[in-house]
Amino acid sequence: MTIGSVPVRFRIAVDHDQCMLCGRCVENCPYDVFRKDDGRIFVNSRKCVACHRCIAMCPRDAISIRERPVDYRSHPLWTPEVREAIYNQARTGRIILAGMGNALPYPVIFDRLVLDACQVTNPSIDPLREPMELRTYIGKKPGKLEFSGEGEETSLLTELTPNLQLETPIMIGHMSYGAISLNAQLSLARAVTMAGTFMGTGEGGLHESLHPYQDRIIVQVASGRFGVNIDYLERGAAIEIKIGQGAKPGIGGHLPGEKVCADVSCTRMIPEGSDAISPAPHHDIYSIEDLKQLVRALKEAIEWKKPVFVKIAAVHNAAAIAAGIARSGADAVVVDGFRGGTGAAPRVFRDHVGIPVEAAIASVDAKLRSQGIRNEVSIIASGGIRESADVAKIIALGADAVYIGTAALVAMGCRVCGTCYRGLCPWGIATQRPDLVARLEPDTASANVANLIHAWTLELSELMGAAGINSIESLRGNRDRLRGYLLDEGIMKVLDVKPVGA
Amino acid sequence: MDRVTIDAAGMHYTPLNRAIRKAVAEGAGEIVLENVLGQRFIADGIRGEVSIIIHGVPGGDLGMFMSGPTCTVYGNCDHAPGNTMDSGSIIIHGSAGDAVAHSMRGGRVFVRDDIGYRGGIHMKQYREKRPVLVVGGSPRAFLGEYMAGGLILAIRRNAGGPLRERGIGSGIHGGRIIIRGDVHEQFLGVGTRKSPLSSEGREELAPLIRDYSAFFGIDDPDPLIGDSYVEITPASSRPFASKYAWE
Repeated sequence: MTIGSVPVRFRIAVDHDQCMLCGRCVENCPYDVFRKDDGRIFVNSRKCVACHRCIAMCPRDAISIRERPVDYRSHPLWTPEVREAIYNQARTGRIILAGMGNALPYPVIFDRLVLDACQVTNPSIDPLREPMELRTYIGKKPGKLEFSGEGEETSLLTELTPNLQLETPIMIGHMSYGAISLNAQLSLARAVTMAGTFMGTGEGGLHESLHPYQDRIIVQVASGRFGVNIDYLERGAAIEIKIGQGAKPGIGGHLPGEKVCADVSCTRMIPEGSDAISPAPHHDIYSIEDLKQLVRALKEAIEWKKPVFVKIAAVHNAAAIAAGIARSGADAVVVDGFRGGTGAAPRVFRDHVGIPVEAAIASVDAKLRSQGIRNEVSIIASGGIRESADVAKIIALGADAVYIGTAALVAMGCRVCGTCYRGLCPWGIATQRPDLVARLEPDTASANVANLIHAWTLELSELMGAAGINSIESLRGNRDRLRGYLLDEGIMKVLDVKPVGA
Repeated sequence: MDRVTIDAAGMHYTPLNRAIRKAVAEGAGEIVLENVLGQRFIADGIRGEVSIIIHGVPGGDLGMFMSGPTCTVYGNCDHAPGNTMDSGSIIIHGSAGDAVAHSMRGGRVFVRDDIGYRGGIHMKQYREKRPVLVVGGSPRAFLGEYMAGGLILAIRRNAGGPLRERGIGSGIHGGRIIIRGDVHEQFLGVGTRKSPLSSEGREELAPLIRDYSAFFGIDDPDPLIGDSYVEITPASSRPFASKYAWE
């Protein structure tokens, strides 16, 4: 007992006057917080993760949860999180694993950028009565077009490369089957099909129940090559090579054996119960030239019929790396910022490695333009996109489209408790336990996610209309529509935006 | 069965593969490629039972994502033949470069002579799919790194003394590496366990050496079959389990 118990993270209180002893809290909590005994609900607050399932299911609003009910002596440096990490590591001697995105209070650049609107001159556009063009094409655009013949006989000589057609610049990023449940993937697949956009498989293969939606699915090839065969590559609408992930740049991934159930084993094509280890690098990629070789190997395998994306984590020299990717033959580069979510990542990586997506996208876009190769690749921004304003701002900083992840999960009930790695998600999202998975109803969940994309798309067209812009292409890289509010000069130089008032 | 011959001299890999696909679609049983010189991705993603005979030196990623065909190469191979291969065979009458059979998921790769670094890296198995890599000569360092399943057999035909290459089987968490002769502990990677060849391993080895001998013209495989071997297996199927604690 050298260290003893640390204070409970959450304190649950049950209002026994309100409680009707229906027992839904007991049934719904997979963490065994609640117990019904002798005509009364008892709680064990220490087990609570604040997933809010009990709160959502209680018919009488009889449950309340308070965070950190026991104060440590306050200290700006020695925060409770820092102290508790030390207690944990003093006990275990291990690397701490954590879930969801970056949990440190870094300033959010998005929240220091404001958008523009028209006044008097250059009148704003009402999306109700004017067409707004939100359709986006992801892929290479030709540097020039060559024609033969004249008049009626004119024909295009330039061979166009395949692009993905998105009805809205909002896609859903790669969350693998294994990290999330099949019902969650199915809900996302139906949602993107409804919304006319795309989702990613992550490195978990493509379950056969997703085959009806495969034209809306981007299949991922990562370092573990799980679930990858020619059939998988041919099914996807596009292929994404995952080099890195914003939540844990520079390291691989381990899906623990206990999460590899029969179905997960089948899509990843590995034995049940074995660890699925995705090493840090691809063993056939040690340089940009090698990346080019994998891009071309994939294109050759699918006879050059579909675009190939390359995803990197936003790191210090992301712009130079993206310039290499643009020359590798890839059709899009995905830049995943340091706030990107994850099922599990070492805490030290999640919180300390990588850079914000806002700065990374601005510098990637600027670098590609300065080299005259911006048309060679589309830029997809991901990691920490929370609302339509973030979408508008990141497009104005140079992105073609965004991937959302956490936001789509929140639309299905996720409360961002960050306990994904326990595999007990009471919302049926980050779990493979059949009774929990069954809680997520794909009909409703897909409608919720499609609603979210629809609502953001509406807001985006309103924001564009207010700024007098009627096409997403006129917003892309249009930094004049942004102003920095209390951003320092260095950051504004990187973003290439002026301060408010200027 | 129809036999189709393609002269690959001066041809880019895309039209070459297009010609191979066309021949396969038209029912060719054997496709002979003459004058191959560095074309990458030959037979990339090709399906079917076809036999592809390659004269010359194919470039990297021969048979990548391939599902079914048999490629016989009369020459050396560049890096990663059998990369993420699904099923079928690659038989190389020569040596091959680095990362041979990288992430291979099924089928068999036979190399008559030597291979480069990281051979059989991250090979994996699932149900009836169990990849096999047989190396007649010597492998270089990091053989079978991150291996998750399947079998690597290094026959080391002309080797004297134990294998002196670093990092053998680093991070192995499934499958088996069988090496003729011995490997000193200092050359084994993290998370490996070395033992004398098990009876199960011996049973598996005999037909592979017979096939190897048949492919490459060894009259009597029995001395090789009867020789002394060691096998490298994972010390744990969860090599990283003790590295992490939950928040």
